[in-house]
Amino acid sequence: MIDISLVLNGKKITDTVDADSLLIDFLRDHKCYSVKRGCETSNCGLCTVLMDDTPVLSCSMLTARANGHKIYTLEGLTEEASEFVGFIADQGADQCGFCNPGFVMNTIALLRENPDPTDDEIRAFLAGNLCRCSGYEGQLRGIRTFLDSRKKEA
Amino acid sequence: MVTIDNYVRAQSLEEAYELNSAKNSRIIGGMLWIKLSNNKIKTAIDLSDLGLNRIEEDDKQFSIGSMVTLRDIELNESLNAYTNNSIRNSVKDIVGVQFRNMATVGGSIWGRFGFSDVLTVFLALDSYVELYKGGIIPLSEFVNMKRDKDILVRIIVKKTPLKVSYSSVRNQRTDFPVLTCATSVIDGVYKVAIGARPKKAMLVTDSDNILASGVNETSISAFAEYVANNIPTSSNLRGSSEYRTHLIKVLTERNIKNMEGIS
Amino acid sequence: MEHKNYNAINKSVRKKDAMQLLLGKPVYTEDVVPDDALVVKLLRSPHANAIVSEINTKAAKLVPGVVDIYTWEDVPNNRFTNAGQTYPEASPYDRLIIDRHVRFVGDVVAIVAAENEKAANKALKLIKVKYDVLEAVLDFHTAKDSKLLVHPEDNWVAPCEVGGSNLRNLVASEESSQGDVDGIMADCDIVLDRTYHTKAYNQAMMETFRTYTSMDRYGRLHVISSTQIVFHVRRILSHALGIPKTMIRVEKPRIGGGFGAKQTAISEVYPAFVTYKTGRPAMIIFSREESQLAGSPRHEMEVRVRLGASKDGKIRVLDLYTLSNSGAYGEHGPTTVGLSGHKSIPMYTGSLEAFRFNYDVVYTNTMAAGAYRGYGATQGIFALETTVNELAEKLGMDPTEIRYKNMLKEGMIMPAYYNELASACALDRCLDHCKEMFDWDAKYPVRDMGNGKVRTAGMGMAMQGSCISNLDVGSATVKLTEDGTFMLLIGAADMGTGCDTILAQMVAECMDCSVDDVAVFGADTDASPYDSGSYASSTTYITGKAVEKACMELKTKMCTIAAGLLNCSVEEVYFENGLLKRINTDESVSVKDIGVKAQLNNPQIAEASASHSSPVSPPPYMVGMVEIELDKLTGEVSIIDFMSVVDCGIPINPALARIQAEGGIVQGIGHTLMENITYSPEGKPYESSFMQYKLPTRLDMGKLRVEFEHSFEPTGPFGAKSIGEIVINTPAPAIAHAIYRATGVWHREIPITPERIAMSKPEDNK
Repeated sequence: MIDISLVLNGKKITDTVDADSLLIDFLRDHKCYSVKRGCETSNCGLCTVLMDDTPVLSCSMLTARANGHKIYTLEGLTEEASEFVGFIADQGADQCGFCNPGFVMNTIALLRENPDPTDDEIRAFLAGNLCRCSGYEGQLRGIRTFLDSRKKEA
Repeated sequence: MVTIDNYVRAQSLEEAYELNSAKNSRIIGGMLWIKLSNNKIKTAIDLSDLGLNRIEEDDKQFSIGSMVTLRDIELNESLNAYTNNSIRNSVKDIVGVQFRNMATVGGSIWGRFGFSDVLTVFLALDSYVELYKGGIIPLSEFVNMKRDKDILVRIIVKKTPLKVSYSSVRNQRTDFPVLTCATSVIDGVYKVAIGARPKKAMLVTDSDNILASGVNETSISAFAEYVANNIPTSSNLRGSSEYRTHLIKVLTERNIKNMEGIS
Repeated sequence: MEHKNYNAINKSVRKKDAMQLLLGKPVYTEDVVPDDALVVKLLRSPHANAIVSEINTKAAKLVPGVVDIYTWEDVPNNRFTNAGQTYPEASPYDRLIIDRHVRFVGDVVAIVAAENEKAANKALKLIKVKYDVLEAVLDFHTAKDSKLLVHPEDNWVAPCEVGGSNLRNLVASEESSQGDVDGIMADCDIVLDRTYHTKAYNQAMMETFRTYTSMDRYGRLHVISSTQIVFHVRRILSHALGIPKTMIRVEKPRIGGGFGAKQTAISEVYPAFVTYKTGRPAMIIFSREESQLAGSPRHEMEVRVRLGASKDGKIRVLDLYTLSNSGAYGEHGPTTVGLSGHKSIPMYTGSLEAFRFNYDVVYTNTMAAGAYRGYGATQGIFALETTVNELAEKLGMDPTEIRYKNMLKEGMIMPAYYNELASACALDRCLDHCKEMFDWDAKYPVRDMGNGKVRTAGMGMAMQGSCISNLDVGSATVKLTEDGTFMLLIGAADMGTGCDTILAQMVAECMDCSVDDVAVFGADTDASPYDSGSYASSTTYITGKAVEKACMELKTKMCTIAAGLLNCSVEEVYFENGLLKRINTDESVSVKDIGVKAQLNNPQIAEASASHSSPVSPPPYMVGMVEIELDKLTGEVSIIDFMSVVDCGIPINPALARIQAEGGIVQGIGHTLMENITYSPEGKPYESSFMQYKLPTRLDMGKLRVEFEHSFEPTGPFGAKSIGEIVINTPAPAIAHAIYRATGVWHREIPITPERIAMSKPEDNK
């Protein structure tokens, strides 16, 4: 067992975990239910969270490794997500929703790194987020509409 | 599923080395491959605290810490300017940004994985590994060494003037490659590294001087044929031996043309 | 096509659950259940065909935290089917909860219930099993009448006569025809005889199979499951456990995708059995590997098409034979196969003089197949459309021209589709529209892009159904609330498709209110009116019509209440613009007034329920065209542009209809180019994870364009037909066509991987 201390969604948390505890399970145990497991092979992107502002796969991250770091899940970034997710809802591209939290988290990371991405840059950055429902095009339209509306406002 | 009894963030390379000398100890890189194993690990050793997550550069070389991520080398302008974006091209299709934020260069090189895009591209460069005990040795030598308990500290890429080009074929855009190919010319010597054969990457140099008397359609084609004849391939889920041998020719030709600006 | 202006229909409103889903709220099975449930894990067979000769659970039961372990000796000997289908159940009763005879790699050998996951995993390793390994039936071509039987048991039952026999490895078999097939074939100028092969694709919905069960406060079994079919699950559990249906309640929370996978009760029986035995809450969550190896994928099919035509391109006769691989169990085996003929042949009703359609569905020792979007039609359409494209290329005719010459048109009777009338059919307009928007004439020719790359195009048409005619039952209950808003109760299952929203739009249209004024609840066997569930493309068409009917009835009841308030007879009251008006006067009362009155000294209930079934299943239609760039040296294919035009009648929610189309097309692209299921010589599928089973990413699908051609289906709600399944049917024939154009090779097996493209030559065409 390992004592850890990390900042989860802006709040300091201390806990004791197994050496092989995975961050996804730790986060769900701490009521961050937005974090989803879609595969066990680091392929789907559903479990994406931000560690020190960098998107990572929480299914493949030891909780022990997150010790001393800053973790954000969608629960902690609702406000930032709310700026753009309505545009995806307008396309109906939320669909079953199971991939949405990971997709939204990685989109947040994309827009922080590159506030005005091209369509190809959006596709490349989000390539690790699988979606079986939407066919991806509606997600892209949603992000594009958001970016265009933001430009108009500016 | 992997199980881990103890987790230690080593505070020095010596500590890591000592811990790693025990049976069932493992250095963890990005953890992405180890996680899929059924290993029972007694002590997992994390090198995160040793400042090995930096790419250092001087006039002569790049020094890439073993904990540098694939995303770091993808975005490093200087490294990509030197390699004509070959580094970026070699990693950009690996699963996704989140994965590349975790996977380390050290893990990729140490693993000497058959599917490795990273090993392929570095083999074509003038590159070396720095081992904690073993010192600095050429990557081309390291790739064939037996796995031991040493620790990979850094990858060193000498800034020898070169031309280099990278390409791969994938059945799906972010899948493991069916074949990887990196070509380079350093000091007039043409080299080709082929990975995902599916065995680990192999280097072939133009020791018959096929390209020495002029790089043109005919000599490139002859050289590609030579490479294909000298690199054994086999079959797996992603492709047959015959297809891979065919791809060695196609990618070698295309890379050399791309490198030499022949369209 | 013109249609009336609606208030809520044909409007792209947001899905009712959109913001909950996009902001990651806890709405799925694993999120909504208490965390004290027993962890249920399954020990699975490593053999494709074996008898468990000995099983010893003693050591495993001693692991701290293990509550109990069940084997074949502990379960009832009632055979049942996991298929979620209406009476009379077409799929054979061939399952036990745990069978001593294991029939595929992944079949269940033992159920472990433990306090935590670690204990359960440890116990799995400690169960000692001895198997008598039997020779397995792995090749579906030789399964029929093989000496090796997948189901030799004497209590195998077919509740419905579909031509099957367990003693012949036959799940179902049928022959049907019309006209002098052989005579006309002999008279044709050109006959193509081609055989096609499609694989056991996995639905790969992002949320794997999962179920939570507990005993409720009345001692009834309460099941919360990620399912498309709550009522069928109740029946299946009742059969499997041998307990009355009154003792079972099944509900679904939000579902992380289904695509048909969750039209079979894949995970429900295991925790249900644990809860039934222990009285404790239990939960099973399938790993991705379990979902890949023991889910309910598409039926692998081999479709032989014989097409006879005249040299001017008139398709005179079609003869299809489908061999379908149902795997180790028969779920959906007898029903999927029918669509491979019945939903392909009718597209050529325009010219067809005769047709024949025969099929066999066989058992093998591979994973059991089930329902997957398209449900057999996808396989048949790939085969027939590719043959028609080949005919066009052979005759030197433009493939669109050959379609115009032969296609089904509105008003025709379809002999190959149970003699149904094509009452709403815009297939010809879909083709016109698609051809123009796509710029077919410019993109169809093969264009050399240099460096070994060529661009060209291909096409395919498709149809599907909108329900299972004369079988499906959809129901709805609409209740008036005292503030003048409405509550809609359904038993259909929104699995991300947006049916909750679409059905609410229909209530809003009927009741002249806003969609926001309609709350939706579903699905729960205790509270929802009976509904077959969400499959067979039926929810919009069947349940939608039930909603319309329930609203009509509710309006009548509201008029009765209004008559009391207005002191007049009910005949004098009519409903208009959200008001209940008295004829020939200015007097009216609001819906809210009725709602309040309904709760005050009132004998007339302000709610109505209605059911609907349909004697017909009107097909939606679609045309898909694809432009690809193909690298002739590496064999890589890039989709440049996929254009499709769909006739789903009137789209109730165009944004959601469009997403359905886009999602279906990308699944189809995956099946055609990269998704594959292959078996080891011992019968274990290699593609057991997302590392090996490759779904298309957003870099693999190019640009998608979807447009609609409206038609008006008189039997559908507001003229609507279905959209959910048809959308997966055009990519395979269109892409295979384009690949032929680029390479001169017809690939008749999918997926068509880069290797197959690079390594085959035109002279290999058979």
